[in-house]
Amino acid sequence: MQGFLDIFDIYLLEAVINGILLGGVLALLALGLNLIFGVIDVTWICYAELVMIGMYAMYFMVQYYGISYFIAAPLTVLLVAALGALLHYLVIAPLLSAPPINQLLATGGVLFVLQSFATVAFGIDFRNLGIRLPVLAFGDMNFSYARLLSFLAALVGMVVVYLFMTRTFTGTAIRAISQDRQIMALMGVDTKRIYIITSALGGALAGLAACLLVLQYDVHPFVGLSFGPITFLICVLGGLGNFIGGFIAAFVFAEIISLGGLFSDLEWGYVLAFAFFIVMMFIRPAGLLARRS
Amino acid sequence: MKGQGQFAAWIVGLAALIVLPFVYRDPYHLHILVLVLIWSFAYTSWSMMGRFGLVSLGHGGFMGIGAYVTALLWNHVGLSPWIGIPISMVAAGALALIVGYPCFRFRITGHYFVLVTLALSGIVLQVITATRDWTGGSLGYTPNRASSNKWLALQFDDKTTWYLIALGIWLAGIVIWHWVDRSMSRYALEAISEDEDAAAAAGVDVTAEKLKITLISALMTALAGAIYCQYQMFITPDTVSGISVSLQMVFAAIVGGLYVSLGPTIGAIITILLAETLRIGFGTKAVGWDNLVYGLLLVLFIIFLPKGILGSVLDRLKPQRKVSPSS
Repeated sequence: MQGFLDIFDIYLLEAVINGILLGGVLALLALGLNLIFGVIDVTWICYAELVMIGMYAMYFMVQYYGISYFIAAPLTVLLVAALGALLHYLVIAPLLSAPPINQLLATGGVLFVLQSFATVAFGIDFRNLGIRLPVLAFGDMNFSYARLLSFLAALVGMVVVYLFMTRTFTGTAIRAISQDRQIMALMGVDTKRIYIITSALGGALAGLAACLLVLQYDVHPFVGLSFGPITFLICVLGGLGNFIGGFIAAFVFAEIISLGGLFSDLEWGYVLAFAFFIVMMFIRPAGLLARRS
Repeated sequence: MKGQGQFAAWIVGLAALIVLPFVYRDPYHLHILVLVLIWSFAYTSWSMMGRFGLVSLGHGGFMGIGAYVTALLWNHVGLSPWIGIPISMVAAGALALIVGYPCFRFRITGHYFVLVTLALSGIVLQVITATRDWTGGSLGYTPNRASSNKWLALQFDDKTTWYLIALGIWLAGIVIWHWVDRSMSRYALEAISEDEDAAAAAGVDVTAEKLKITLISALMTALAGAIYCQYQMFITPDTVSGISVSLQMVFAAIVGGLYVSLGPTIGAIITILLAETLRIGFGTKAVGWDNLVYGLLLVLFIIFLPKGILGSVLDRLKPQRKVSPSS
């Protein structure tokens, strides 16, 4: 009996720590989405598909052209940042005055476009980077090195964004716009420019997430569907546009998925997370950190 | 508004549709027509909510419940679809109420409503995949072939019968659409979609009105799923549930036109013809192309033609008619 408990606890601890590591990447994804929502008031349903394109970019640069991972990663970040700016310029900007639902649905169309573009251009094969990072053994527990690396990189990325938002003029302008869209234009802030910068920043975060996720998962055209919905739920649970709430929610979700997956199939972890989300929406409709009015 | 002429046009059109399968028997074209009718019904049921600003991405979930509950009851319990379909509809309706009531009670609207319903279709998809011992998971599921009584099993081999069934259901959808369009609820819901607080202050029971339309919409969507399953005799989680099916409904309804009764039907005709043309034209190379065109069209339509094809055409024809409230 004692032996059983010991093993059980180690698995539990392993799942908890793996959940925290998963939470780092989810928090990074949620940060990008929250940034765009907070500033432009738009939900990019296709956010995870931008990540997917970034993963393909990494795959082709590293596997096909033999570029080193550490050179390919910044290029991917730049590429997805450009995609984000382009998405804003082509799709969101013409719809800024339309009802918010239309913007959301238009990015749903972009989701179809990116998915099927990947299907047409790259086929539906699963591809991976071919980099196998060692497994870190700690006591009796095993952690994938890739997950640890992703977690750290995600944390660094979030700190950089935080510094950018608080220490630079552009960052201050972005925060000001998220507080009041109309007034800032009168104060002489070029909202169009800020929107493009924010979109590029959101894209860059998606690109960074892509560089990290490609270490752990195979890339295929529908890979976005496996973490896209979770990202939206995290943002809503944290309160759309609320960075700290999104950060906490990412770890809560990651733990639910990780622990749920420990006791049963991984799908049940997701089912639990979804159900938890719906219940939480009724208890705290405006997000985890919101006070009820 | 409805003139004698328009009524006559409906009667003639219907008569032509009923006679069609007896005159024209090409099985492939009939198959396409049946699909168009079933999906039109599904898109119509989505647009019942969508036209009032209640954009739901959970309808993939309702459709999945309709299809899977009916098929599971038939295979495992031996319950005829005649009973199974109502049960599946009740299940979808109950789910709609369970999720809808708190949503409407706590004023979850706009982005939040979309994302909560997105979670709903996510849950249904994951549950179907996770319970693979019963549902076959992502490999799909086939209702058992009935050995004797085709009527009891609601399984028919000839396309004509299916065409007539689909036509009847589609017609019921259009009738329900018009019934809602003429009812007081329509005005209440339009007021709600403009400004909830003002509507509530004017004496509209916001929660009850929204729940009513959600329930109707969910019941219809589940029926569409069940009929689709009975017709195709093969369902996979991805074809009847999940986010992509939900987005497909949104897309077709918007392309055809949300605010007119035949809009979703036009949407279904366009999308299915597009998919079939690409499939026949390009063969297996077409994988992905249809969705690429869909997505591009969806974006272009939302930017340039938010009222959809039929809606915009009707607006052109009747410039004096009051334009529907904000798209």
